[in-house]
Amino acid sequence: MSAVFDKKIHQTLADANLQLAIYTATGRLKDKRTESVAEALMPEYQELRTQANALKKHAIENLDYYLEEFERNVEAHGGKVIYCKDGTEVSDFVLGLAKERGVSLLVKSKSMTSEEVDLNERLEHHGLEAVETDLGEYILQLGHERPYHIVAPALHKTRFDVAAIFEKELHVAYETVPEKLSQIARGVLRQKFLDAGIGITGGNFLVADSGAVVLVENEGNARLTTTAPRIHIAIAGIEKVIPRAQDLAVFLKLLARSATGQALSVYTSFLSGPRRAGEIDGPDEFYVVLLDNGRTKLLPSRAKRQSLYCIRCAACLNTCPVYRKIGGHSFPWVYSGPIGAIITPQFMGVSYEPSLPFASSLCGACAEVCPVKIDIPQVLLDLRSDVKKAETREKKNRLEKLSFRMFAWMMTHPRVYAWAGWMARHGPILNVGPVRAWTSQRDLPPRPRQSFRDMWSRR
Amino acid sequence: MALARRRLTGQEACPTTDTIKTSVGKRVSLFVTCLGDQLFPNAGMAVVEVLERLGYAVDFPKDQTCCGQPAYNSGYREEARTVARHFLKTFESSEYIVVPSGSCTSMIGHHFADLFRKEPETLARVEALGRRVFEFATFLTEVANVEDVGARFDGIVTFHDGCHGLRELHIREAPRRLLAHVRGLELREMLPAEECCGFGGTFSVKFAELSGAMARTKLEAIVQTGASAVVSLDSSCLMQIQGALSRAGSKVRTMHLAEVLASR
Repeated sequence: MSAVFDKKIHQTLADANLQLAIYTATGRLKDKRTESVAEALMPEYQELRTQANALKKHAIENLDYYLEEFERNVEAHGGKVIYCKDGTEVSDFVLGLAKERGVSLLVKSKSMTSEEVDLNERLEHHGLEAVETDLGEYILQLGHERPYHIVAPALHKTRFDVAAIFEKELHVAYETVPEKLSQIARGVLRQKFLDAGIGITGGNFLVADSGAVVLVENEGNARLTTTAPRIHIAIAGIEKVIPRAQDLAVFLKLLARSATGQALSVYTSFLSGPRRAGEIDGPDEFYVVLLDNGRTKLLPSRAKRQSLYCIRCAACLNTCPVYRKIGGHSFPWVYSGPIGAIITPQFMGVSYEPSLPFASSLCGACAEVCPVKIDIPQVLLDLRSDVKKAETREKKNRLEKLSFRMFAWMMTHPRVYAWAGWMARHGPILNVGPVRAWTSQRDLPPRPRQSFRDMWSRR
Repeated sequence: MALARRRLTGQEACPTTDTIKTSVGKRVSLFVTCLGDQLFPNAGMAVVEVLERLGYAVDFPKDQTCCGQPAYNSGYREEARTVARHFLKTFESSEYIVVPSGSCTSMIGHHFADLFRKEPETLARVEALGRRVFEFATFLTEVANVEDVGARFDGIVTFHDGCHGLRELHIREAPRRLLAHVRGLELREMLPAEECCGFGGTFSVKFAELSGAMARTKLEAIVQTGASAVVSLDSSCLMQIQGALSRAGSKVRTMHLAEVLASR
């Protein structure tokens, strides 16, 4: 385990207030999800999951076809599609357009994809101001933090934390009433929407047959981001494409329920192209940036490409006993929780944080709630194997490799195994290595004098 | 398969212990698991006692060791395959294999197939083997077709669902139905019963502090029920829970389901 990963886990576990905040907030989301998909309320839930899985599987296996169809339809509506292989290409495009149009202020609605490529930092580096307009994201931007959670980015912040951030960064009086805090943010953000030249959003779904970008949100800020500024840029991963508008009947039902327990999010926007002649709303220019950033690397593996089915509902985070202890910032990249543990090594390479796929008890709670049925534990197991293969190639962690070779030898030699068991039960206990790690938290079980096979043979 | 597997709906009349005569003469092989063999032999003996009480002749293939899960879960596929082949050789001739662990049962029944995907011949053999492997509680309710094993245990217990039994084998009702027929026993469910205890094999030592924190959350749920014992299908979960209970100075004890069912 890297020292940074270890330290962040330790710090989060040691912070009692933070522990309570994470456990309470995820518990609430988890319970709401459970209630909203209960058999009595939604008898078709399991069938919807099966269909969602089949649709995603089909879309990913025919990604080239659907992306081209999507592109054709966006362009037919007067929009433009830009393919970017990484974050540099995304920021080059946005910077170039901003410079050409003389834009210095941009507003953004919540987008994990833009977080993934550090878009804000890249734009700020070139003197542009990009303002987050989702309340949680705005709080974090003011506090100079990255999202703690895929859906609820400021999940770890109490209202007192927010009050302190607003007081310091916005120079307003210390205020802890949530409604009043929202009003403060709203006051600042309204003017930003009106002044901004470009609005940047993510994209929950890219609908191939209609060339539409679908955005799902609760605050209305995405709708303002896409309509107030003259230019709208949607940035989405290539895996977000779905074949038909009718497929949304499956995905929208699952997304809101899995994320927050809502039957439907407050705002669902279908955006296809710039404002047409005679329309009163909408931007003059409409761009969809389709980002690869490592995604195509997953396509060849049948077992692993299911990681691209994810619709970013974060149900796996809320139910994960590991996420609920170590929180979002312990994870090495922007994506946290079980889904982060499987996509980080695949997008960034297994050596990015080799111990990440091992930071799981493989309890499977994530797979149970995943609306698109990604078998996260199995992908973790496959990634563990990848990590060990890489270590063997690079001649790293050789002691562990040797110990597992000895394990295999012992387990194929029953007499050696029985002898080793006797030693473990009767020999001195050396408080080192795994024993020390075990006893740092728990007591050892009492050691029986006889093994089962001893008892059996004396019957 | 010699016996048709039958699912109970729970509405059916519960068979009395008289039905056990039908199973006389049946043979089962016990895979006691490495952990059960070396550290929890009483749970294994309890399995034998319950099975024999039901009229089964229990066989203990003495070459048995481990299912290979520690290597598989640690990413060492080749080493896991080696151990899995040994398991296959040891148990291939058994008609039924009973395992007092949901986790090991799932390793054999599900993950062996993953290990031998590229060896069609071995794959066919492990798949055939997988169909004959039963977690202990499931064996009782689905094969032996019994819910009342004639046990008596005076006290309040709570039940911990092991994750692999629950989510990979979908075992939820079998142990509860078995416990419901134990005279003198009151089952009080903990909330949540299905949250992981934090063991996770090598996870428990690789991420010891995190694993310990998960165990303590589990402990709170257990203690809140007021139960004097926590029962599970897996000695591994129980080792984690018992270690944490003991560290916390709690008097709550841990028992394998077989130990409860063997009590009279």
